[in-house]
Amino acid sequence: MSANRLSHRASRHVKERIIESILFLAALVSVATTLGIVYILVKESVVFFNQVPLWDFLTDTQWTPLFDDAHFGIIVLLSGTLVSSGVALAVAIPLGTLIAIYLSEFASARAREFAKPVLELLSGVPTIIYGYFALLFLTPLLQKLIPGLPGFNLLSAGIVMGIMIVPYVASISEDAMRAVPMSLREGSYAMGATRLQTALKVVFPGALSGIAAAYILGISRAVGETMILAVAAGMQPNLTWNPTESAATITAFIVQVALGDLPHGSVGYQTIFAAGLTLMLLTLVFNVLGHMMRRRFREQY
Amino acid sequence: MKQSPRSLRSLPPRGHVSTFGRPGGTDMARMARKDIGEIRGIIARAKRLDVIFGVAGLLALGLGLLTFATLFVDMALDGYSRLTPDFFTEFPSRRAERAGILSAWVGTTLVMLVTACVAVPLGVAAGIYLEEYAPRNWVTDIIEINIANLAGVPSIIYGLLALGLFVYEFSLGQSILTAGLTLALLILPVVIVATREAIRSIPSHIREGAYALGATKWQVVQHHILPYSMGGIMTGVIIGMARAIGETAPIITIGALTFIAFLPASPVTGTFPFLSFEWLQSPFTVMPIQIFNWTSRPDPNFHANAAAAGFVLVLMTLTMNGLAIWLRYRIRRNIKW
Repeated sequence: MSANRLSHRASRHVKERIIESILFLAALVSVATTLGIVYILVKESVVFFNQVPLWDFLTDTQWTPLFDDAHFGIIVLLSGTLVSSGVALAVAIPLGTLIAIYLSEFASARAREFAKPVLELLSGVPTIIYGYFALLFLTPLLQKLIPGLPGFNLLSAGIVMGIMIVPYVASISEDAMRAVPMSLREGSYAMGATRLQTALKVVFPGALSGIAAAYILGISRAVGETMILAVAAGMQPNLTWNPTESAATITAFIVQVALGDLPHGSVGYQTIFAAGLTLMLLTLVFNVLGHMMRRRFREQY
Repeated sequence: MKQSPRSLRSLPPRGHVSTFGRPGGTDMARMARKDIGEIRGIIARAKRLDVIFGVAGLLALGLGLLTFATLFVDMALDGYSRLTPDFFTEFPSRRAERAGILSAWVGTTLVMLVTACVAVPLGVAAGIYLEEYAPRNWVTDIIEINIANLAGVPSIIYGLLALGLFVYEFSLGQSILTAGLTLALLILPVVIVATREAIRSIPSHIREGAYALGATKWQVVQHHILPYSMGGIMTGVIIGMARAIGETAPIITIGALTFIAFLPASPVTGTFPFLSFEWLQSPFTVMPIQIFNWTSRPDPNFHANAAAAGFVLVLMTLTMNGLAIWLRYRIRRNIKW
């Protein structure tokens, strides 16, 4: 009987080990995903950069990878990405901050209970729907305000993209503001400050690194956004800093190439991986920066 | 605790300044009155700003709501005329008024099936490992940092990964399987984070009680951790699936077709073994791609189709997200350890 029990225990031990290994492998899948992304992007980009010098890639001012006279100036796509992201931030930062301050410092608990899920729903709308909205609702509206605005433009795509990232910016900023200790607020109120004065002079500076993290993560979102731009900003590469023009972004270019029928292994095929690598590095810088600031902020309190 | 501060309310009212009691000091009384007047002005201004800001905050919130309502109503109005039963049972067509979303919604359903079958076990297993098993060492640190970073990678990058790895290196083709796997990797961080949060909220005395009765680690997980965290995990899974259902960019990148006028092979067959996995290798289209395709056509008749399909898609994601929020709310209210 006791020997039987012991052997049972031994098999139990083996089973436990096997289960632990399986769970560990599942956790490793995420690492494998990252390695896979880096491997694919770097592998195809190396082939690409063997044919197109890195210097040309960074300095050329034309982007015509599919023409006979091919030029590969990433700055052209980068300008579209940066302008649309700039417009998005010009919408998302003021609105997001305002909503965050309101929810954290002004709103009653009930209003907050209601508003947060609604904001969550807003951020759950598929981006293709926002793209439709930008192209077929906002652009005609803007065309009445700005005569001569082309049907595809960075402005309308950027504004809608900004509205899309408002919930994201607001929720991270609000978390940061709520993490500021109540004692600081109470001290401020005791000095006779109003809610606004407390919010702007005590809570906001106190949560600054957390709020900055929200902005930076918002930028990263905007830079990586694809469908709104592919639908509403057009797919014509255009080196411009003017949001009322149409221009392709890095992401829109990838979509455009993927929609066509490019043979595997051609330069055009490799181009999208080089563009993807650029995008990846760009968002990585913002993400790392954002997470660092968020962590520093958490340590602060 | 956030009452509006009634600062300086205890100041003497206007007329009472002279009762400060300085016999003969009319100059000082006048100065005091002037100071108090000034202070009152400052307070009034500060309070006014406070109210103005509160209204501005409410307006900003309202703007968000308004956008959402406009989007929803706009889609409903534009697509209203196309939302007939036929719309759901017809294939896409060159003629806008005859086109439907049959292949799109079937494709979406099948892709989501693959995604759920891959992402849920993997994500839950990874979450359990990180919360219950993982030792504190550099391997665990790397996994955790990695998951945080993956959550911030743009979705189109996953599309490139799938194009290079699944489509060409593994030769899975531009199939339902490829799309399902891609979206599974995309929502994996969401499922992992939700699982971890759900597990973390289980107090440690539950585990200690089970260990004290001689349970092994896996028995603790199987009998206690998993059942108690199920609600939280479900919430995360639903939110992840709602995200996957609307993802367009990665699926376009792997080269999904935009015009599909046939259905994949049925997963259930009439002959033994009654299940077929042929559909996994089938070409497909999904709802967001169908919407994209119709939106980018110049013909406004197709825009109505896009609006109708978009309305259906928004309704689907709204329902899923709403369900997740409701579930979370219920869990929060019902569980008291």
